[in-house]
Amino acid sequence: MKNNKLLQNPFYQSLMRNMVLTVILVSITPTILVIILLLNQFQTSYQEKMEAHLKELVLKHKQNIDSFLKERLFNIRHFSKIFDIDQLSNEQFLNERLAILQSEYGPVFVDLGIVNDEGKQVAYAGPFKLGKADYHEADWFKKAIKQPFFISDVFLGLRGLPHFILSIKKSYKGHDWIIRATIDFMAFNDLVENISIGKTGYAFILNRSGEYQTNPHTDSLPSRKILDELLLEGGAHPEKVQISRKEDSSGRTSIYVTSFLKNGDWLLIYQQDIADAYSIVRRAFRIALLIFMLGSLGIVIMAYLLSRRTVSRIAKANLEKEMMNQQVIESGKLASIGELAAGIAHEINNPVAIMVEEAGWIKDLLEEEEFRKSENMGEFQRALTQISNQGKRCKEITHKLLSFARKTDSRTQEVDINQLILEIIGLTEQRAKYSRIVFKSNLHSDLPSVRASNTEMQQILLNMINNAIDAMEKSGGTITISTQKAEDMVVTEITDTGPGIPMAYLGRIFDPFFTTKPVGKGTGLGLSICFGIVNKLGGNIQVKSVVGLGTTFLVMLPTFEKRIETIIKNINPE
Amino acid sequence: MQDTRETDIPIKLLLVDDEVGFSTVISKRMGKRGVIVETAGSGSEAIQLLRSKDFDVAILDLKMEDMDGIEVLKIFKKMVPQMPVIMLTGHGSESSAQEGVHLGAFDYLTKPCELNELLQKISDAVGMKHKENIK
Repeated sequence: MKNNKLLQNPFYQSLMRNMVLTVILVSITPTILVIILLLNQFQTSYQEKMEAHLKELVLKHKQNIDSFLKERLFNIRHFSKIFDIDQLSNEQFLNERLAILQSEYGPVFVDLGIVNDEGKQVAYAGPFKLGKADYHEADWFKKAIKQPFFISDVFLGLRGLPHFILSIKKSYKGHDWIIRATIDFMAFNDLVENISIGKTGYAFILNRSGEYQTNPHTDSLPSRKILDELLLEGGAHPEKVQISRKEDSSGRTSIYVTSFLKNGDWLLIYQQDIADAYSIVRRAFRIALLIFMLGSLGIVIMAYLLSRRTVSRIAKANLEKEMMNQQVIESGKLASIGELAAGIAHEINNPVAIMVEEAGWIKDLLEEEEFRKSENMGEFQRALTQISNQGKRCKEITHKLLSFARKTDSRTQEVDINQLILEIIGLTEQRAKYSRIVFKSNLHSDLPSVRASNTEMQQILLNMINNAIDAMEKSGGTITISTQKAEDMVVTEITDTGPGIPMAYLGRIFDPFFTTKPVGKGTGLGLSICFGIVNKLGGNIQVKSVVGLGTTFLVMLPTFEKRIETIIKNINPE
Repeated sequence: MQDTRETDIPIKLLLVDDEVGFSTVISKRMGKRGVIVETAGSGSEAIQLLRSKDFDVAILDLKMEDMDGIEVLKIFKKMVPQMPVIMLTGHGSESSAQEGVHLGAFDYLTKPCELNELLQKISDAVGMKHKENIK
């Protein structure tokens, strides 16, 4: 409680604030730096690794697709070499070929057809009724007839289903013939669809004019503009795998990895939402942020508690130092006042002695006959006696002062408590009189002496009596001091008729710094010091108090003999 | 007072005190009681007086300007060992008075003191000196 009040002081508050800020700054700054550095490092290396991985993936798939196309082409080329056109124009034979191909490669090959150089299909094997179809207007035919082999883009064709064509040109009997095979779109689509990473990573194929060659079943198709850009950028280095980031109209950024296929006809595009691609980085960032927040919270709390404790200790130490300084100053003051008083008392004795003697001399002279008849003789006598009496009073006062000043040493000696009490009553009587306080003493006539330091005993009694006077300063009252012998103890009882001490305070009055006096009036050390002294002497202090009736302090000290006995016993325990 | 007039020969007293006011009034009052008082304001003056005159008793203030009372006492005891010396002290310097008693002073009194007390001590001292002389 006391410390809390101390911490309200602006000096301690600013001290505490500075400490808290310093601790927080010093602890959090490196943490922030380390986290930023690590995250940055992690992000960079993760990005590099991920991009390399994606490039690798796209490259691998490009090679897969290329080799798939090449192999399928090789399949039909193979039998175009083995068999002549007459054989192949036999539909039954062609059906057998198709069956062999399908049994070997699955439903990749949909159908086979032989087309003459006029675009007429002479033979067909497959599920559609395309028997004598005429292809001379078809786009693919125009291209296929000019090249030894050809792979078309995906188109709907006569059958109305997306497919693409592989064709081989063969010369036979002075004419060019086309052997063509249709590749199942779904089978090819699976090749590309296999590339799927995370939630938004998928791949698709575009032809040169930007048409989808696979079925990209996703909601977030890139816009035309992005596709055009990708085609353009990819076209610059068709042999390379390219990686780029693009933001779409809705503000979402995606990563694009592209590579050309089929000798630059098709573009394989892998697209992934950046948030998805870097989800691990984001998660790491979130965890780091959480750890940082919790750590910072801990640091702030610790900094606060630690600073508070430190500052409260400093405050307490300062307070104690201040009190100690005050004590030292007080005792120094007392000592110098004592010295001064002793000097003055000594100097005053000479003039007082002369005054008293001169008065005595006048008295002597008045004894002579001629003055005896004087009518004012009685008054002269009275006045001279008064001078002489007041001189004696001066002597008493100076003697009290001197004996007080002389006893400021702390050597242990035999102390007559009764004597000491009388001296202290003499010293405090004047102050008590102003507050209408009367002293009563009831001293045991045959009190044994105690072994203590005169100064310390003086301090104890003075403290008790001053406390009693303080308590009755306004109301006035009686201070009763009595001494008695109880077994081996000398008991001094100081009773006042003041307001008494409330029960709640009784247990704490001997605690250091406990005071009920207003701030600046009491240090709260008086009774605590008394308690320490009495304890050291092997004695005890007790307090009894009734609110409204008064307070009694009992100071019990072992007698001189008892004390010696205890000391001897302590030296020789047996 | 009776004691001082026991013998008809008046007592000769040397009063050593640097407080002139004090020695003046004391010598007057003593004179009235039949004691012949010679005063000395300092230790050296007292020593000079002792060289030329005899005294029955000396009263010595312990606190004087030129010489420490104890030193004067030592010199007195060397010069006239049979002369009793009564010391006057202020309160608080009783320890040096006790030291004086150790060094052979007859007794001491604290200032301010009753004249009667002083006379009593003087007559005690002179009486003792006589007894010693008789021995």
